[in-house]
Formats: sequence, C-alpha cells, structure tokens
Amino acid sequence: MNMELSRRQFLGAAGAGVAATALGALGFGDIEAAHAEAIRTFKLVNTTETRNTCPYCSVACGVIMYSKGDRTKGEQAEIIHIEGDTDHPTNRGTLCPKGAALLDFVKSDTRLKYPMIRKPGSDKFERVNWDDALDRIVRLMKDDRDANFVEKNKDGVTVNRWITTGFLAASATTNETAWETYKVVRSAGMLVFDNQARV
Amino acid sequence: MTNSWTDIKNTDLVIIMGGNAAEAHPCGFKWVTEAKANRGAKLIVVDPRFTRSASVADLYAPIRQGTDIAFLLGVINHCIRNDKVQWDYVKAFTNASYIVKDGFAYKDGLFTGYNEAKRDYDKSTWDYVIGPDGYATVDDTLTNPRCVWNLLKEHVAVYTPEMVERICGTPKDKFLKVAEMIAECSSPTKAMTSMYALGWTQHSKGSQNIRAMAMLQLILGNIGIRGGGMNALRGHSNIQGLTDVGLMSNLLPGYLTLPNEKEIDLETYMSTRGFKPLRPNQMSYWQNYRKFFVSFQKAMWGAAATPENQFAYDWLPKLDVPGYDILRALELMTQGKMTGYLCQGFNPLLAAPNRKKVTDALSKLKYLVTMDPLDTETARFWENHGEFNDVDPSQIQTEVIQLPSTCFAEDEGSLTNSSRWLQWHWPGGTPPGEARTDNWIMAQIHVRLKELYRKEGGAFPDPIINLDWAYADAGEPTAEELAKEINGKALATVYDAADPTKVLAEAGKLLPGFAALRDDGSTSSGCWIYSGCFNENGNNMARRDTSDPDETGAYAKWAFSWPVNRRILYNRASADVNGKAWDPSRKLIEWDGAKWAGYDVPDIAPTAKPTDVGPFIMNPEGVSRLFTRGLMRDGPFPAHYEPFESPLDNLVAPKVRGNPAARVFKGDFEQFAETASKEFPYAATSYRLTEHFHYWTKHCRTNAVLQPEFFVEISEELAAEKGITKGGWVRVWSKRGSIQAKAVVTKRIKPLICDGKPVHVVGIPLHWGFTGAARKGFGPNSLTPFVGDANIETPEYKAFLVNIEPIAGPVA
Repeated sequence: MNMELSRRQFLGAAGAGVAATALGALGFGDIEAAHAEAIRTFKLVNTTETRNTCPYCSVACGVIMYSKGDRTKGEQAEIIHIEGDTDHPTNRGTLCPKGAALLDFVKSDTRLKYPMIRKPGSDKFERVNWDDALDRIVRLMKDDRDANFVEKNKDGVTVNRWITTGFLAASATTNETAWETYKVVRSAGMLVFDNQARV
Repeated sequence: MTNSWTDIKNTDLVIIMGGNAAEAHPCGFKWVTEAKANRGAKLIVVDPRFTRSASVADLYAPIRQGTDIAFLLGVINHCIRNDKVQWDYVKAFTNASYIVKDGFAYKDGLFTGYNEAKRDYDKSTWDYVIGPDGYATVDDTLTNPRCVWNLLKEHVAVYTPEMVERICGTPKDKFLKVAEMIAECSSPTKAMTSMYALGWTQHSKGSQNIRAMAMLQLILGNIGIRGGGMNALRGHSNIQGLTDVGLMSNLLPGYLTLPNEKEIDLETYMSTRGFKPLRPNQMSYWQNYRKFFVSFQKAMWGAAATPENQFAYDWLPKLDVPGYDILRALELMTQGKMTGYLCQGFNPLLAAPNRKKVTDALSKLKYLVTMDPLDTETARFWENHGEFNDVDPSQIQTEVIQLPSTCFAEDEGSLTNSSRWLQWHWPGGTPPGEARTDNWIMAQIHVRLKELYRKEGGAFPDPIINLDWAYADAGEPTAEELAKEINGKALATVYDAADPTKVLAEAGKLLPGFAALRDDGSTSSGCWIYSGCFNENGNNMARRDTSDPDETGAYAKWAFSWPVNRRILYNRASADVNGKAWDPSRKLIEWDGAKWAGYDVPDIAPTAKPTDVGPFIMNPEGVSRLFTRGLMRDGPFPAHYEPFESPLDNLVAPKVRGNPAARVFKGDFEQFAETASKEFPYAATSYRLTEHFHYWTKHCRTNAVLQPEFFVEISEELAAEKGITKGGWVRVWSKRGSIQAKAVVTKRIKPLICDGKPVHVVGIPLHWGFTGAARKGFGPNSLTPFVGDANIETPEYKAFLVNIEPIAGPVA
C-alpha cells in the first residue's frame, strides 16, 4: 500500500498513457491501480524541461523550467512552472521566497515587449520598430563620438578616448554577453563604463 | 569567495558581519545550518539589527553601522595580546617578518604622506626595505621594531575592548565573547569562515572593512583551508562574472588594468606590471601579465593586432583619472559634460545615491538608452508620478529609447556565482513580443555603428572597423561562439615551454587553459582567468556530474570553477611549510615528495618544493600581506574612520572626518550633515527583505503581495521618544531628500550606547519605486550621500544621518 514510486518512475508510466496497466505490471493490486487511476494526470507530464539557474542572488540555485512547447524544436514555448533542481549541489531542489516566485518574473505584466521612444519634452513613450530604434541610437552615438572623441591629450599623447557617452553594464547578463558588450564598448573608446558591482 | 557555498559545511565557526545571508542568500545559508547540525559549528552575527541570521545565531552582538574596522582591529588586538595566533602560518605565509621603511608612520588617523588638498597620499614610504640583493628584508625572529608584525601590534593597540564599546556601541562583555570564540580558531584544527556582502562594501572605507577581516583570517591561519576563507556573498547573479570580465572603467578582463595616459606605449605600460619576485624562488604569477594582455588584444582585434603596432595598444582608450565609475559619470552629467548614457539591465535612478542628483544628471543628457526585460524607473525618470517621481516632463529634454530584452528564461550562457562557478543555462521560453537577446542588441549596435563609419568616415574608426567579429551571424553571436573566444584559441601551434617537442594546442584549436597563453601573438583569450571553461573537452561550464569523493564539498566535476577549475583559492596554504595538511581531516592538497596532489587543483606549480615556494603565488612576496604596501589608497593597514555622516566624532582621531582618502566632489560635501548634527540626529542604514530581490521582484505579483508596502524600521525607544505609533505614518528626511512611510516599531533594533550617548538606528529597506506590481514607494537612495569607498567608489549606503517625525499620512 505504501510502496513508494519516485516521481520520475510515476511520470514515465503515466506519460505513456498506460498508468493503470503499468502499475499493475509493477505488482500493484486492484486497489492500488484504482487509486492510481483516480489521481489526476501529473500536469507537467507533457511539458519540456529546461535547466537554468535563478537570476537573482549569487548563490545561483539550479532551477528546472517547464514549458508548453519545445524551443529546441522551433516551437513556441510558454513557461508554466519553475521549481528547484534537486540535482544541484548547492540548493538541492530548494528555493527561497524570491526564487519560488520566479514564474511571476518571467510573466510579469511589466515585461517589456516593444522598443519605445520618448521624445524630448514629451510626456509619453511611443512605439517604434527595432530598425528605427537602433538606427537612431547609433546615429546619436556616432554624432557624439565624432564631435567629442579625443585622439590626443594636451601633451600630444595618443589617448583615443570617448567620455561623453557612457555605458552601464548589467549584473545578471551572461559572461558571454558581458564579453560581447566589452568588445563593443571598448572598441568605441568608451571610458565611462561601469557595472552594478558597486551597488 | 575564496571557498564555495558547499564548502561552508566544513567550518567550525561562521561569522556573518556585513551581510545577512539568511534573508539575502537563503539557499546558501542552508550550508551554515548544515555545519551547525552536523559539525556542531557555531554562528556569530554582528549587525546593527537583529536579523533572521541573528535569530539562529549562537551569539548576536549589536554594532553601530560604519564601525566594523574598530571592532575587527579590536579582535586582532585581542588575539595578539592573548597569544591566539597560528604562529607557524603567520611566520611562514604572511609578511609579518618584512621590514618596513623608516619613513612610514601612522599618527592621529593619518598615514605618512597625506595631502589634504588632494585628499590623497604620497605612498612612497609605505613599502619594505629592499636589501642589496634586490629582495625585501625580513626578520624571522619578529624582534625588529620595524617589522610588519610589530607595527601591526602597535597600530591595533588603541582598539581595546573599552574603545570598541565606545565607538561601536557593542557592550564590552558581548565583544569579548565574540573575540574569545574567534580566537579559538587560531588552532590549526579549527576553521572560521567569514560571510559578508554589501553591509561591508557600501561604506566610504568598504575595502578596508574586508581587509581587516582578511588580516584576522590570516592571523588565525584560515585562508586556503576547507571551512575557512573570505567569502563575499555578492549581490546579483552574475556580478562576479561582470567584474571578472572587466566591465568597469579601469579594467581589462581578468583583473588586468587599462592603461593611463602616462603609459605612452606598451613597454611603459608593462614596466609597472608583471611584477618581479620580492623574495627568492617565488612564482609571482603576474610575471605572465604580458601573455594575458597580448592574448586579450588578439581576442579584440585578431589579425589587426600585430607586434608592429604593439598589438593595437593605441586602440585602447587611455585614462586621465583613476576611473569613470557611475558616481563620476553622474557628476559629469550634472556638469553638462555628457551627451549619452546606455543602461543595460541597470536601474540607476533607484540604485545610485542622492536620487535628486541622479534625476538632475539624467535630465541633462541628450539621450538615454535602456535595455531591460522590465519597465524600470530609469527608463521613465522623466514621467511624473506625483510625490514618487515629482518631475515636469516638459522641462526634460532627454530623448529616451527603451529596448526590451530577454530574461534568463529565454537566454543561453554562463553566470558566475559567488563560489566562482561558471554554470551554463539553457533557454526554455519564447521571449514576449519583440524582446530580443542582449547578444543581438549589442551586435546590432556594433554592426550598425561600423557600417556608418564605413560609409561616412569619422573620428578614429580603426578600433571599431577592425574589431574581430568572425561570428556565423554577425548580427547575433551565439553564446557558444563567445564562450570559446573567452576561453581562447591557438592562432599558431603552441608548444610546451619546458619541452618544445610537446604540442599544447594545434593551430586553430581551443586552448586547454591559461598556461598555454603566449605573449607573441600566437594565442588569443578574451578573459585569461576563464581559460579552460570551453576547451577541446567541450563546454566545461555545462558539466552536471555531482560526484564528490569523500564528501569534501568540492563537487569538482560540477560546472567550471575559475581559475583552472580550482575550488578553493590559496589551497597550498592548507598544508604546512613541509607540505603536510595542518589538519588531516581537512586535507586539500599535500606534497608527496615529488608533486602536489589531493582533492583540488593545486594553487601552486605542481612540482614547486614546499620549503622554497610560498603559497600566495599572485603576490611577488609569495606570502600574504598584513601590510599592503602602497596598494590601497587609504592606508597599508585599515584604520577606524567614521562615516561621512556620523552621530559622533572619530574617537581615535578626532580631527579626521570620514575616510580622508575618499573622493568627494565639490558641492557634495555641503550636502553632508555635520558630525553629531542636531538637525539629523539618527543613524540610518539600508537593507533588503527576505521576500525581495533588489528592485526586480517589485514586478512580481507574489513578492509584491508578500511584502506590499514601503516602511521604515525603528526601535520602541525611538518611537516613544518621537510619539510614533506602530503602523503610523512618518516622514524621514536627510540633507538631500525626504520620504514618507509607515513605521514598523520593533524590538529588532535597539538604541546603541556609543561614548556614553544613545544612538538610534533607523532602518530603510530597499525595493519600492513607481513601476511594477507593488505599491508605489521610495528607496533609500532618496536620502543617501553621494560619496563612495576610497578604493573602488562603492556608495556609502549603509551609514548616513536622518531625522524622523510622525505625520498625519495621506488621506485614504
């Protein structure tokens, strides 16, 4: 009666759609099979599992994200549940009150969906397409760089710096994004460059 | 961290000071619980508030915020006076025996060489006596009065238990109990771990807070061993990585530094780096600096970086000031000297100090670009939100472009946690709307800017046009492509330096690790300390093998730990001078007569004889430093300085205000409340709540429900004194701003008696703003002063002065 099935075993059996039969084959009697049939199908059974880490603090707990749809197959994927990764050596499946509500972050009403522009003196954001937004940004950057780039200091030493536009880097982007960002920012000659380590 | 989260289970004593792991790092804190439950470890918490960490501590000691150095030097003094020192460790592995130059002295709060006008030191006397052989002079008997140990003894003598009580407000008996428990860890078979976070960094002497504890840990012999170490818990999920990869004004990746304008060419630049050993036989690993630097330049500019053009040395911008950190950037904006600012996942309107100044600064920009998954306050700094953002949009001429980026769940790549583990993660969800990855956004900016320069020409386009950009899709490099670039590649076949017949890496292959880097342009590597993360064995950051032989907590096959998958830094120091573990139950690596081997990757050359080569291989001394020479701006020893806004004078140096070497911009000094101000009599501090992560969870419904409303926290005594009721409305104001909140009247905060007078603490949590799912509220930065740490400019968020009064509150 109290035979324990691991969640995985149970999922595997239920996922095959032959829960009762499979359980019977495992040696369950009629009562157990009836009981198993009465249990609602585990709702994550048809989801795709993806390993990730919590983006909040630097403990970096392992999480498993469950999605309807599989990105790796080119499908639209909607994350419907996130839980701690029991295999992770640090958090062993646990999450704190922040991490346990991660789904709310992914699906927050204030997630941004479109590029927006606020014109000088305006009291509102207006939608803009990506091409226009990016072209506008690089135009602003280039005009400022061309006007204020310092090739040599007053002593005639080559300094090749640009200090009228600055860049504040993130605290939760990947190392790979960080490296790409470094390349883009430094190659432009920017010195006003910082990240969130200080705050 | 020198160690890791999972290593904390090996400790005997945890000291949480300058942090609150139970609330800010709950799942990491479980390893403290493990150590307590399974090893009988004890927990000490020293904090102005009785936090949730304190609630499960064996001993809680209150302290006034901003006085940690006095406390820690008091503990060091206690250990020295009571002979609680791990002598073999201190003599062999620290610079205790090094002789310091005659000119060096400390008096009335200042070290030799202070220049008041510049708020800076001439540090020329802060160094060792160099002998005729070119090496530092030492006295192994520690009898020379000018040796570091005797200077330290003299320096800490003033921090008696009585003085600690007067400065810190920690009752003497509590302080002594803490000191006694810590002192027991001077035994070679006992280890203490230090867990700290922004409670130590966000001070005008934050770096020296950490140094003081590091010195104590060295005196106790706790660095390099299991269950010991200096463990920075860090704030955000990849702030370790962003710093490692060098995204700061004055850094190159891997803690190399950007040239300043006095370093006119590569040779001049190299002349102050690549340190030669200060003692015979020492590894002085920075001697390899040129290999790391040239390989970085090759990763940036590929074939365009050649020996003939000094590997494109001139293409790096040269600094004219120590650094353009965020405070300097905001200062320059307020002076009208900046045109544009790009914020990638950063919300400076709430994260930078003195919010009024931040609003003024952003309002003077021509353009502001934000890239974020969330609708941040910074992107809407121009929008009126009543008292929560009282601005007139028509008066703000800044053009703002807000770009939607993906979040962790839709992005691939590695994050480096505080254990220094680079862990790979995979995307599981489709991004909302038109949100794009940061990789795509940054590439688009670069590619479009490059195109404009190709078409139009303009100011010095060479470094942009020649940036190595050989990605399959120039418009969006993949995480794997970038990770391989970070790891590094052999551009020509690389041979073993010791055995030229042995090939380390064939041309075109990924490098095995940074030992294969060369300074002749035959290798590239974006960030040398990460080399090995993605090599010909595959993506080591994606490893998920949970095996842990003998359950040491190392998990050596899980992900990749920089450097070279080493799990505990300085692990050579876990063994004595002869290479035997100080404590056999904590064995990490040992010398077997021919080589070092054990549970971890040795932090020393594998065949370096233990009696010859010291364990601190990055230092030219080969040992660790109790005295830091001229490497820190504000002194070779930590000294007690009050916060810039303090309820009392500096008792050990009454003439000194704040940290004398901290940078203060003109105009900001006038905005500091005077010492022991009658107008602003209360000592405020800032912190986070268990349910919140910075300003992000404000956008999450669950977290907004769990802690819905902005509040400030005060003691029952202060509430009674000011007529403030539980849950009643109060106004809190500093010399820079004013906020309104509900009052939480609590026993968690008690008045401290400092120098005979009561000091009331006001706690101000951070989380609220004017966007997101939570109710609108304020952040501490409406009140905090615009000044940073003397060495790294972390703003002084943890100690400032306010006043408080009950108010009627808004009409419901």
